[in-house]
Amino acid sequence: MNQYPLWKYLIVLVSVLLGLVYALPNFYGRSPAVQILPLRTTVKADAVLLARVEDTLRKDNISTRGMFLEAGGIKVRFADTDTQLRAKDMLQSALGNGYVVALNLLSDSPQWLTDIGALPMYLGLDLRGGVHFLLQVDMKGALSKSLDRYSADMRASLREQKIRYKGLDREGSQIIVKFRDAESRASASDVINKNYDDLSLREQDVEDEFHLAVVLKQEALIRMQDSAVQQNIITLRNRVNELGVAEPIIQQAGADRVVVQLPGVQDTAKAKDILGRTATLELRMVDEEHDVSSALRGQGHIGSELYTERGGGPLLVKKRVMLTGERITDAQPGFDNNNQPAVHITLDSNGTRIFKQLTRNNVGKRMAILLIEKNQKEVITAPVIREEIGGGRVQITGNMTIEEARDISLLLRAGALAAPMDIIEERTVGPSLGAENIASGFNSVLFGFAAIAIFMTAYYLIFGFISVTALSVNLLLLVGLLSILQATLTLPGMAAIALTLGMAIDANVLINERIRDELRNGVSPQAAINAGYERAFGTIVDANITTLIAGLALFAFGSGSVKGFAVVLCLGILTSMFSAVMVSRAIVNLLYGKRRKLVHVPIGQVWKPASDKR
Amino acid sequence: MEFFRFKRDIPFMSWGKYTTTISLATFIVAVFFLVTKGLNLGVDFTGGTVMEVGYTQAADLNRVRGTLAKIGMSDASVQNFGTSRDVLIRLSTKPEISSAKLSEIVMTALRQDDSTVEMRRVEFVGPQVGEELVENGALALLVVSLGIIAYLAFRFEWKFGVAAIIANLHDVVIILGFFAFFQWEFSLTVLAAVLAILGYSVNESVVVFDRIRENFRKMRKTSVAQVINNAITRTMSRTIITHGCTQMAVCSMLFFGGEALHYFALALTIGILFGIYSAVLVASPIVMLLGVSREDLVRVEKKDKEAEALP
Repeated sequence: MNQYPLWKYLIVLVSVLLGLVYALPNFYGRSPAVQILPLRTTVKADAVLLARVEDTLRKDNISTRGMFLEAGGIKVRFADTDTQLRAKDMLQSALGNGYVVALNLLSDSPQWLTDIGALPMYLGLDLRGGVHFLLQVDMKGALSKSLDRYSADMRASLREQKIRYKGLDREGSQIIVKFRDAESRASASDVINKNYDDLSLREQDVEDEFHLAVVLKQEALIRMQDSAVQQNIITLRNRVNELGVAEPIIQQAGADRVVVQLPGVQDTAKAKDILGRTATLELRMVDEEHDVSSALRGQGHIGSELYTERGGGPLLVKKRVMLTGERITDAQPGFDNNNQPAVHITLDSNGTRIFKQLTRNNVGKRMAILLIEKNQKEVITAPVIREEIGGGRVQITGNMTIEEARDISLLLRAGALAAPMDIIEERTVGPSLGAENIASGFNSVLFGFAAIAIFMTAYYLIFGFISVTALSVNLLLLVGLLSILQATLTLPGMAAIALTLGMAIDANVLINERIRDELRNGVSPQAAINAGYERAFGTIVDANITTLIAGLALFAFGSGSVKGFAVVLCLGILTSMFSAVMVSRAIVNLLYGKRRKLVHVPIGQVWKPASDKR
Repeated sequence: MEFFRFKRDIPFMSWGKYTTTISLATFIVAVFFLVTKGLNLGVDFTGGTVMEVGYTQAADLNRVRGTLAKIGMSDASVQNFGTSRDVLIRLSTKPEISSAKLSEIVMTALRQDDSTVEMRRVEFVGPQVGEELVENGALALLVVSLGIIAYLAFRFEWKFGVAAIIANLHDVVIILGFFAFFQWEFSLTVLAAVLAILGYSVNESVVVFDRIRENFRKMRKTSVAQVINNAITRTMSRTIITHGCTQMAVCSMLFFGGEALHYFALALTIGILFGIYSAVLVASPIVMLLGVSREDLVRVEKKDKEAEALP
């Protein structure tokens, strides 16, 4: 009756072992480490870089606790945070700007565990310390900027086509063009419809004037919102790299929001500053009259500056800016006539005009396109002007892979149309608080467990002890599951672990009380044990499902730390159902199942009332 | 050890009128405090900035207030938080200054006054996000209530579902009443605790209902009141022990969880204590009030016979 088939024992054994293996990484500590990544995605970290790092550290007598090369970069472990900081400064100055040297806390778990995918739990910001931002694209700002650009362009177009209009102004989210007669309005509509795909027109007759209301089409709006968010994400990613953060999270959150999480960041002021910046573009002429080599030696010309061309050598560029990034309306990656990756840029009407003039006057000369981020300027490309370009479409080719073309297109759009972003939520936790929170959470769980264990064993004797064993298996499976899923563990999440322990024991209390009940009614011991488990099962399922409903709702509607709480609660319910019923039953069956003549069930005192009339 | 030595069934249902009146009274008192004093909503719901700073020695709150007033924030709320060295500063949203800059300005001012001050935590919630969190919180509450009613109606019968939810919402309102009365901070984590309690207290009712159903099947000639009395008496031991164990875990949180978990643990404690009360003395009388009878559960018996054939 109280026998489990072999396969059930195996399930229990396998799950306990798996739980143990995957929970194991959590018991090793973490050591301060430094992570080195190349800034550009095309360059990979390799053995050469590893050797350089080794040399740099050895030169300064900085001892390491291990250094290894991975796909994501080079990781070096240190004994304490002082050495870590020293090493970071050393490496950053030795390797220069082409590499990110980030601080990180690496788990000490052995390599074989990491190889099978067993990682320690992913700690949330309130346990690790760090910064969390939620940014929202200011769509109104982006829209008004865009409409302003369209206004200027339309004015120019209409003038070119010699269509007279009385007035052209932006009013709110639309542009109103006023005409004196219906013909001008009709021809204007034609022109606008032909040249501007993204605009939709509506004719309005107001008093004695003929109006044309111009708005941005819905798809264009959505596209603008989408691309605003995407541009900002790329820009943010580059920014964040400069901060030297090891595992940043930058993701879209909803239609118009971006979430940025920077774990371990100490200097939050700097983080906020960097997030607020944008990039701009400049077009200048290359100075081909003066000598590059003399400039390299320090005898430069006053009207020019020295830059290094990406993928090439030094370049002398004139200081005068011919065209800025604000004139760029679009930039898309693509291919040129030779099937080389290229970036196709569209300029607005003013930009087209300027560019036409520039190219007409400078055929055969080189122009330089500079990308300016922070105070760093870089020449992306310096092509030769082959002919006058009047259509306002510029093509940049040479020196890039298709990924770079994509990146540059995005950066150009980011620099040009940077949709302003507002910080609508910020949560920063200092590192000391993070460590304190871990201690609080851990202690709560530990002492909660201890108190429950003592009580259960005292009250239910051996069956109580079995219940406690099942509870510890529960804890193990929960930690293992959280580690496998790499779910974020927050402080409320740790509280949920403590709460789960308290609630999980409910199932075992139900079972034990039921067994006592049956024994009180005079049922034989083996049958009592059986009945206890059978009868209690339905109740356990019902009770846990209602808490599960609460947990799921919290997960769906919660955010941040509350979500962390909900995840642990739900997982905890699942593991507790398994361990309370299956694991404890397995142990009981192992110990008592085969005893034919079980006289006494060690479940504590089964008090029988003097007159039992049931 | 056996704490619960019941010689006879305790006649809970005969106290039905008294217990329901007491519940109603506490409910009205809680609502009264909620309406008059209102909840001390945390920054998660109101929007605004909260900063936690730590000093190396006991902090002089008046000095901090003075420093803040100098930079134009005389309306900031400054309190101790946990130990005497930690200070919690609450600032309302200032439209002129960008929120990101706000915390920097405050930190710079505080550092000028005392360079040992350490920034432990900053939370800024924009008003829009605050509104969303309130909405989501209310939605979560609604969804949980409806979900539970639906599940219990399916497992038992609609009367049980309604009774359980009324009893447990009563708990929720009592918790909120406590928070309103003592003006404890009601943050997002406290809301999470409240929802968890809602799910948890329903457990209690479920265990009792389960026993009631079993009794209806076994005790064919007894009255409804006696069936319920017996069910509650028999499950009393389990109810108290489980709540005791959960409370031990929560006490551990109260003592070791630090400030961050303090109100969370308080909400849980109140919920657990009143949970016992409501499960025993509120849910069942309501079920009786709604006129439950054996027939309500007979059709469920058939479903259950299949369920019991499974392991």
